[in-house]
Amino acid sequence: MIRNPKDLQRYTAPERTNHWVVGISFILLALSGLAFFHPAFWPLTMLFGGGVWTRILHPFIGVLMAVAFVSMFLRFRALNVMQPADKEWLSRAKEMVSGNDHNMPEQGKYNGGQKMMFWMLSICVLLMTISGVVLWRAYFGFPAELVRLGAVIHAAIGAFMIGIVMVHVYAAIWVRGTIRAMVYGTVTRAWAKQHHRAWYRQVTGK
Amino acid sequence: MALQSLDIARRSATTTPAPSIRETTAVAKLIDVSTCIGCKACQAACMEWNDIRDEVGTCTGVYDNPIDLTAKSWTVMRYAEVEEQGKLEWLIRKDGCMHCADPGCLKACPSPGAIIQYSNGIVDFHQENCIGCGYCIPACPFNVPRISKADNKAYKCSLCSDRVAVGQAPACVKACPTGALQFGSKEQMKDYADKRIGDLKSRGFEQAGLYDPQGVGGTHVMYVLQHADRPELYSKLPNNPSISPLVALWKGFAKPLASLTMAAVALGSLFHFVSKGPNEVSQELEDEIAKEDAK
Repeated sequence: MIRNPKDLQRYTAPERTNHWVVGISFILLALSGLAFFHPAFWPLTMLFGGGVWTRILHPFIGVLMAVAFVSMFLRFRALNVMQPADKEWLSRAKEMVSGNDHNMPEQGKYNGGQKMMFWMLSICVLLMTISGVVLWRAYFGFPAELVRLGAVIHAAIGAFMIGIVMVHVYAAIWVRGTIRAMVYGTVTRAWAKQHHRAWYRQVTGK
Repeated sequence: MALQSLDIARRSATTTPAPSIRETTAVAKLIDVSTCIGCKACQAACMEWNDIRDEVGTCTGVYDNPIDLTAKSWTVMRYAEVEEQGKLEWLIRKDGCMHCADPGCLKACPSPGAIIQYSNGIVDFHQENCIGCGYCIPACPFNVPRISKADNKAYKCSLCSDRVAVGQAPACVKACPTGALQFGSKEQMKDYADKRIGDLKSRGFEQAGLYDPQGVGGTHVMYVLQHADRPELYSKLPNNPSISPLVALWKGFAKPLASLTMAAVALGSLFHFVSKGPNEVSQELEDEIAKEDAK
């Protein structure tokens, strides 16, 4: 496949690698975590070599994701500061979802929805990491009251996070021409002009 | 090991009925604190019958030895020196699993069949199914289960489910020299406790009573206490124990609801795609860019 040299670079290779590490570890965490969430998901332990292996592996994958996420947070945090235009975008997100994006305000590299996702996931990862350490009985011993609270937080935030990540993934599938940004880093100029016009102007100078 | 496989009332992390075709009588162990002499024969019998030897510990300055329950010590005597109306009372309590009718450990356990409740009321850990997550520990209102450092499995008193299954009393009861430990049907034990309580009351223990806490649905290990109004005197035996509301929330209705919500988000996305179609780049923009390139 020959790529158009005029395509715009949206993500560098290290940025993509970082995102994939977070993505893969999140999927593994969600599958192994759900196994303990409700008996209906218990068969998922088979993917990890049984219940005991799932219990052993889950927290280590969690550490990997936490570290990779911090790196991603530092890379993208400046680009995700909320601007007035983002609030405007968010207040009209309904139009966007209903399939009519003609009147949406012009967006930079990230739109209001993406920025909200960024901050929500950052808070979720923080809470999951702290509550996860509290639950990690193989290496830590916290008081029962704290472990009970940790378990509720871990389960509730975990379910919430799986929900919003599904929205995150679906948004990438729905908006055609997006997945390639994650896979090999480039997007077409038309894509950029349609979805992130301010960013398009900035990188093309038009 | 599931010696009794036909009379399982409840099984951890299982949403369908357990094999429960055989119904057995509810049993109970009664611990009469007022006739216990603290000889620890029960502790010795427990380790002998179960054939487990804990590491020899060190003296901590009190009779309690080992100082706490461990994966290898499923019952320990706790000695409390209490002053009541100017007199010293030595309140000795045999601590161990209470075999709750509504067991928090079983509720919290995520591994199918790792915790079993028989129809006779015994709550048993089946270690071959235990994954070592330790969820049973904070869920227990009595702080009983212990995870072994050696194999990462949870252990606790089984009320000698293997002995009871073949009509024997638990090893600790068999060994008790004073009759402070009694075993039988829960009804019999309550009747026996009534006699003991009557005797204690006649000797001036006005508040003598039975410890069978209803917050956990009653227990299959019960105490006769001289001061039933203040169980905390007995080395912090909990007053009105119950499963923490956090555990109930964690393991209750919230999870099926959250599972359905997650499924709804996944299906909602699919149907959004099916009804709205993909969000493609508009043809106008594509043409515009193509025109620019042609210049």
